[in-house]
Amino acid sequence: MSRKEIPSLEELRALRWRGYAREGGGIGVRNCVLVIYTVKCAEFVARGIVEGCQSPDVQLVGFDGCTDSQCAVNLLAGLIRHPNVGAVLAVGLGCEYVQPERLAEIAARAGKPARWLFIQNEGGTLPAVERGTAWARELLDELRNTPRVPMGLSDLTVGAECGGSDFTSGLAGNVAVGRFFDLLVDSGGTAIFEEIVEAVGLDWLLLSRAANDRARAELRHAYDKMIAYCRSVGQFSVSPGNFAGGLSTIEEKSMGAIAKSGSRPIQGVVKISVPPPEPGLWLLDSTPDPNPVQYGITNPNDSEGLMDLISCGAHVVLLVTGRGSVIGSPVAPCLKITGNAETFRRMSGDLDFDASPSLTGELRQDEVARLLAELIAETAAGKPTKAEALGHREFHIPYKYQEKEARRADCERR
Amino acid sequence: MERTAFQIDARDNVATALTELAPGPVRLAGDGEAEQVEAVEPIPRGHKLAVKFIAEGADVVKYGVPIGVATADIMPGSWVHLHVMRSAYDERSAHLNLRTGAPEDTRYE
Repeated sequence: MSRKEIPSLEELRALRWRGYAREGGGIGVRNCVLVIYTVKCAEFVARGIVEGCQSPDVQLVGFDGCTDSQCAVNLLAGLIRHPNVGAVLAVGLGCEYVQPERLAEIAARAGKPARWLFIQNEGGTLPAVERGTAWARELLDELRNTPRVPMGLSDLTVGAECGGSDFTSGLAGNVAVGRFFDLLVDSGGTAIFEEIVEAVGLDWLLLSRAANDRARAELRHAYDKMIAYCRSVGQFSVSPGNFAGGLSTIEEKSMGAIAKSGSRPIQGVVKISVPPPEPGLWLLDSTPDPNPVQYGITNPNDSEGLMDLISCGAHVVLLVTGRGSVIGSPVAPCLKITGNAETFRRMSGDLDFDASPSLTGELRQDEVARLLAELIAETAAGKPTKAEALGHREFHIPYKYQEKEARRADCERR
Repeated sequence: MERTAFQIDARDNVATALTELAPGPVRLAGDGEAEQVEAVEPIPRGHKLAVKFIAEGADVVKYGVPIGVATADIMPGSWVHLHVMRSAYDERSAHLNLRTGAPEDTRYE
């Protein structure tokens, strides 16, 4: 890592950049037109529209199912309301359950220009792509007039998860994120950490950090549900690569994973698509709720976890990876952080931040965290992440059953 | 780089190898009391070595918290992984390959 001046806490708190003011409230750090397909059958056309616009600000997401899923619809609604999204174009085939018109209505209620179409009504692929591309371009033009307003760390919501963990994740990468989260929360910002499935054996630790009785009850509930879930599906969130890399148990991986939550009180638990009601540190519970079909697994992949965080309003998401990852995300820029110097060197075209100097003793952990804070502020101010520059905007929205409430009586039903 | 392992909490009975380790002296970085431990076998980078004797049935401690249970007596300086410890929660991981971590109970036809 090149020697760089480390900003002070005061300098970081004084940073201001221009965000995008949304009519319905909130300030975005990006200004994108979100093209949403509502069934796999509409993906090709939606993708054609996005590619036809040739703009990094026209981005694609979608839900594959023909049958609907309340959780997926909630997640799409969360993305539509996200402050980084300025306008929406919903693309359906014409016979699926998820209704593009209703998605456009959600956008309109949030004060965002929106259009929708059914491919069957347009007369097939070519006319649908043509009309959709023209509309997306018009929406993009409208967004040029979005008012700009100053924002700083206290206005930011940042989400974090880890993927492809190795032994450095728990010793350096997640520690850097945890220290940054402390700094963000102390500055009045909002932090969301994920992966209750990687808190196995650590209920006592989470509960000891609950900000109040409500938060304690929500954390207890999320933890117990997670253990019951992992036992019922016979799978804990630990992979062959984790073991090969030296992690021996889910408990060991969990302690490393929880490091990214930092040390501040936990204000409570949010569910998919529910933005934290106030600033501070929050846990995102993405585990499915108990339900009659028992369908779906906890976190099929990192892209799904990132989409869950973004659906809760994260302006920027952090992915800590020891072994190396290449993914990005639509709507919110994704910064990839590693605590493994070798991984950083090998994949420097994809990775944004090297947290390893704290392992070698070259830098203190809070110095690494301040460098990370500076990079996050630069990213929020518009500097493209490595994934954005490469065009990585993966997403995954699975069938999942989950209610929006952090605690529900029906979880005890089974 | 000098053979080094990192002990993240003073209460730990294991440390993480920051380099490949071979039998012989290993510098202990981080938060432990001891500054050196004698490795008794090769230990891959990123894996753990015992910095104290761990009796069968005792907790393996890292980050100051139990991360599993010893399934055999573990001598100081030896490799601590799936062959001598197990999760208190996850039964399946005991069946994974010691070196690759790959499952050995999946059928590929």
